[in-house]
Amino acid sequence: MNHDVFMAGFGGQGVLLIGNLLAYATILEGNNASYFPAYGVEKRGGAATCTVVMADGDVGSPVVGAPEAALLLNPLSMEKYYSRVRPGGFALINSSLVEDDGSSRDDLKKVCIPANEMALQVGDARLVNMIVLGAYLEHSKVVAMDSVKEALKYVLPERNHRFLPLNYEALERGATFCRQALA
Amino acid sequence: MTKRLFVKGNEAVAMGALEAGCRYYFGYPITPQSDIPEYISRELPKLGGEFIQAESEIASINMLLGASACGARAMTSSSSPGISLKQEGVSYMAGSECPGLIVNICRSGPGLGGIDASQADYFQATKGGGHGGYHIIVLAPASVQEMYDLTMLAFDLSDRYRVPAMILADAVIGQMKEALQPHPYTAPADLEPKNWALIGEGRAGEQKIVKSLYLGDGELEAHNNKLHAKYAVMQEKEVRYETVALADAQLIVTAYGSTARIAKTAVRLAREEGMKVGLLRPISLFPFPKAAYRQATQQGQRILCFELNNGQMVDDVRLAVPGIEVDFYGRPPGAGSLPTPEEFLAQIRSRYEA
Amino acid sequence: MTTEMKKVFSRPESLKDVQTHFCPGCQHGTTHRLVAEAMDHFGIKDQTIGVASVGCSVFLYGYFDIDVIEAPHGRAPAVATGAKRVHPNRPVFTYQGDGDLAAIGTSEIIHAANRGEHLTVIFVNNTTYGMTGGQMAPTTMPGQTTSTTPYGRDVTKAGYPIKMAELLSGLEGVAYSARVAVDTPKHVLQAAKVIRRAFQTQLDGKGFAFVEVLAACPTNWGMSPLQANERVGNEMIPYFPLGEYKG
Repeated sequence: MNHDVFMAGFGGQGVLLIGNLLAYATILEGNNASYFPAYGVEKRGGAATCTVVMADGDVGSPVVGAPEAALLLNPLSMEKYYSRVRPGGFALINSSLVEDDGSSRDDLKKVCIPANEMALQVGDARLVNMIVLGAYLEHSKVVAMDSVKEALKYVLPERNHRFLPLNYEALERGATFCRQALA
Repeated sequence: MTKRLFVKGNEAVAMGALEAGCRYYFGYPITPQSDIPEYISRELPKLGGEFIQAESEIASINMLLGASACGARAMTSSSSPGISLKQEGVSYMAGSECPGLIVNICRSGPGLGGIDASQADYFQATKGGGHGGYHIIVLAPASVQEMYDLTMLAFDLSDRYRVPAMILADAVIGQMKEALQPHPYTAPADLEPKNWALIGEGRAGEQKIVKSLYLGDGELEAHNNKLHAKYAVMQEKEVRYETVALADAQLIVTAYGSTARIAKTAVRLAREEGMKVGLLRPISLFPFPKAAYRQATQQGQRILCFELNNGQMVDDVRLAVPGIEVDFYGRPPGAGSLPTPEEFLAQIRSRYEA
Repeated sequence: MTTEMKKVFSRPESLKDVQTHFCPGCQHGTTHRLVAEAMDHFGIKDQTIGVASVGCSVFLYGYFDIDVIEAPHGRAPAVATGAKRVHPNRPVFTYQGDGDLAAIGTSEIIHAANRGEHLTVIFVNNTTYGMTGGQMAPTTMPGQTTSTTPYGRDVTKAGYPIKMAELLSGLEGVAYSARVAVDTPKHVLQAAKVIRRAFQTQLDGKGFAFVEVLAACPTNWGMSPLQANERVGNEMIPYFPLGEYKG
């Protein structure tokens, strides 16, 4: 196994949290992962990006030029990073905020997901990140959904554990959407 | 075996230090290393240690000198501009033969520069950043696990040789998170008690003096010769490096720290394309693995050196293998992005075919 | 006939039986002796750690029979902080000159004092850089000629003599701050008492203790020892008043 995914969005969209979650779930499954964050100078509202590299052996570079997969949560991310996705790779586009449907490229697999609306349906606008992660897991199968749910207990501060069921639901909804989109 | 943790490189340094018995930390906040004092300020009091947020980098390094002179395992951490300020104290520690750990999570310069990752402090670290022609031990971790392991090793080497030690990393290694397998620290059996230091609750016999002033006829010359004799022993015994696929390599890629990680993937990609390329990664930057380069280039293999600067370690590589062609590709800090494995691969391809 | 001999004078145990390098009339020697007497008084010679500074006081280890760490210029309070945190039960003192403490080491002295480090600081103010050859110190008097103020210290350009004992006494962490002189027998006796008190403050765990000692530097002042000693009383004491400022 050797996978990598790049995620980008506004600060506050929870990009770094799902990056952490994915890397930690990989480690819980006995494999290796690196999580490399980069974000703008502002703590809130700046650009948030991170790269997660997952491997059953040595994780090599924690940074990736042409990622195998990209989760693009806002228009700026789409504009800056869509073209970098590896040919034959996968792009998940948050169609709630991004108008561009990615039709400029036909050398990769893409799923447009209305993550903001879906998050609201689950009951909290902040669940956009979980919707997106669920969809990515469905496509990539890099880790089991259960491992991510387990990892969430460690990554989420104790005081927020009451929100675990909502997060789980968002992950599942994202996965279901992706399954249907790719069918 | 204890569970694998998922932590930042900076936290791994802090955890390794505390596990290795470091009970004194002196520092001053600076990005991107503040996770280290934050972790230690939280955990050290629980272990009965002392944490001081000093008024300056200068004060912190001198507190370290004082604690070290009293025989304690102690450390400071900072990032490039702060490390510059510490150089006076590092020189005094080197001259007074005080061990101690200095962590440099480099950022870019010169001057205030920026906060992005950089390897532009290689010269400062390995050539003795302060006055007086000394060296310190410099270890360059390339993973979160190594941040932990090499921190422990740095304390041991520093104590053994009575030479200050530095962990030289950057924002990539400091800020990224990976799996960490913690393990209990055991002191090497041959580490001697610090009878030179002001240990104990009072004097047992002779007055103890920790100093770097030598005014007597020939005293300073002898002292410098003694320091350099220790460096020579370290060059024999304490060199550390990693090699990947060197056996049949026709082109040897070399890099340290974060850049070595990127290079490692580039080498794997090159191998997938059928190029016989290997990697030599120095782990100890001082002492520098000169012999390993000589060994690896016995058939005249060429070397390609990657760095996150305009070329520093490449000088040491060239000195190690006179007559061997050594190419360099680097990125000065401040480019706004890091080099990628694909970018290094392109460099490997063009050199390999040439 | 028997003659009863009474010992009225001897070298303090804390001092080594060696000659100092100090110039004739220099008052470092007197100050060293008073510090040694204080250590003898408390019987702490074998526990005490001295931190030497850079300047004429650098040879501390050569004269005091105690453990010594040598600090970089101005950094003695930071070095002493590190030592004291490792050895909270051992008395730790720094011995610094005016260039060391009040110029290059201003930051270290103020913050060690403000943290209330349990240290005793002996600060020798002789209004000049002695070791380097009589340049202007932060304590140089207005109009005083030095090798870098050949026309006299011009306070409009070089600022005013800094009054450390008063300045530090304003900090919460300081438990004791005083200024003494050693120019007359009376002042020497007072100084001995004050230096003892500064060690007592540390031994009692009360916090930071500071003693400024006004001292003569005949060589760099270009005076005879007697003239220099008179200058302490005539010029320095009026500007740097003696007394206990705190504690």
